[in-house]
Amino acid sequence: MAPIRSADTAWLLVSTAFVLAMTPALGFFYGGMVRSKNALNTLMMSFAALGFVGMAWAFAGYSLAFGRSSPWIGGVEYVMLRGVGLEASGTIPHVLFFAYQGTFAIITSALISGAIVERMRFGPYVAFITLWSVLVYAPVAHWVWGGGWLGRLGALDFAGGTVVHVNAAAAALVCAVVVGARKDHARQAILPQSVPLTLLGTGLLWMGWFGFNAGSALGANAAAALAFVNTMLAPAATLVVWTVLDLRRSGKATAIGAATAIVVGLVAVTPAAGFVGPLAAILLGGVAAFPSYFALLFRARTRLDDSLDVIAAHGVGGVTGALLTGVLAQKRWNPAGADGALSGNFLQPGIQLVAIVATIAFSAGMTLAILKAISLVSRLRADAREEGLGLDFTQHGEEAWSRGEGAILVLDRAPDDRGDTPLPVAAPAAGGGNA
Amino acid sequence: MKLVVAIIRPERLNDVLESLFRARVAGLTISRVRGHGGETERVETYRGTTVKMELTEKVRLDIGVSDHFVKPTVDAILEGARTGEVGDGKIFVLPVEEVYRIRTGETDRAAVTPVGVPPD
Repeated sequence: MAPIRSADTAWLLVSTAFVLAMTPALGFFYGGMVRSKNALNTLMMSFAALGFVGMAWAFAGYSLAFGRSSPWIGGVEYVMLRGVGLEASGTIPHVLFFAYQGTFAIITSALISGAIVERMRFGPYVAFITLWSVLVYAPVAHWVWGGGWLGRLGALDFAGGTVVHVNAAAAALVCAVVVGARKDHARQAILPQSVPLTLLGTGLLWMGWFGFNAGSALGANAAAALAFVNTMLAPAATLVVWTVLDLRRSGKATAIGAATAIVVGLVAVTPAAGFVGPLAAILLGGVAAFPSYFALLFRARTRLDDSLDVIAAHGVGGVTGALLTGVLAQKRWNPAGADGALSGNFLQPGIQLVAIVATIAFSAGMTLAILKAISLVSRLRADAREEGLGLDFTQHGEEAWSRGEGAILVLDRAPDDRGDTPLPVAAPAAGGGNA
Repeated sequence: MKLVVAIIRPERLNDVLESLFRARVAGLTISRVRGHGGETERVETYRGTTVKMELTEKVRLDIGVSDHFVKPTVDAILEGARTGEVGDGKIFVLPVEEVYRIRTGETDRAAVTPVGVPPD
């Protein structure tokens, strides 16, 4: 086994922190796009993943993804972190590899939340993503990266275009259908509470994505540099094309459109990052703008309430990226990869398609099963009253932007204190009614 | 002429606007206000500090109407704003002495009749 290299270890330490920060960033990206009465709940859907999926990954998910046994699923040898120590995994310590992969499981689960914001109850949501990360994410990660059948088949997925984005989007579609549309969907205008927050989240996502893509080289090497540069170029190209499309359609370059474009570009370049050259990445980023742009416009005319367009951004963007990886990949840029159709390997796009279809089918089916199982024990969605009041108050007992007027402190009563809770001067007489 | 003042739940605003427009009530002003009626208090907790929110968010509508429009306006608000729970709000109907339309200087009945509606 290769020795641990300090440069590789240093880069992966940084990358792990970068990818972990993408989950709060996703919270802000999503949180800016919902109504203010649901802002905290939307952020909490991402933050909860940091804890619950993080734990699930340590206890079981990592072993099922990266334990070695069958083409279909990992083993149980690393359950409860048994055998995950300081020994080398590649050229970095095994514990670091575990943590780095854990950050992927966390953000993939959190991505799904975009399809069910503003209406799903928090408890069932947390139960869902926790189970999903173990029962869906871990096996799919095993298929591609853990020595499973898609990896052996030769599917190219540098940093998770299929494992992360297509996987999450398939689950998001099922969630949106099973949980159902928001009661105001297609009845009332639902406007984003804070576009600047969404842009802030987008910027942080882009930054974190350097750790996501370039870190996936699992070392401080040439492939990492290539992935890094492509992570800069592809979204830039998507942003330019998207802006032109926006200008042609409505005469206005929208800010939410820019945020979406950057995410679409990042998603699309994810599977390709370390396998294609920089010019190919620009082409890929630019081309990827089209399907997602029109998927967004189409979705808005349907009854499907994929509220924050997980399918258009991550599903369509992920599929486009994965297929184009099969076209544009070149061994010249990464000898560990494969040639794509443009370099004469016409089989590669087909292999990519198999990976996409298998992931969608497995993820959608399992998501349906998990949701049905949870709904046997607990109601999935908030009732109309809770939805009207907003999930911040009804699920968390807090408000995102509280003003504090009229709030009175509730003091814990000492055991010997029989006094009443202090009332404000303006409190109505007991029994109600006005003087 | 009357001034109809309604205090309603923010989450019912869209339904109220819908039923008002259906009743052909055009011109209105809304403001976000905070107030207290008889509703049970909301309890929120921030880092171990529990607070009771005595004042809840409400939306106030101010609608100037001519007399024969009072009943349709009030009915529309009742229909759109009612949930049956405590805290649905109040409607006040106030007499109005004079009304001026700033753009034209029209007064009273002509001033509260929305543009495009023939006075009857």
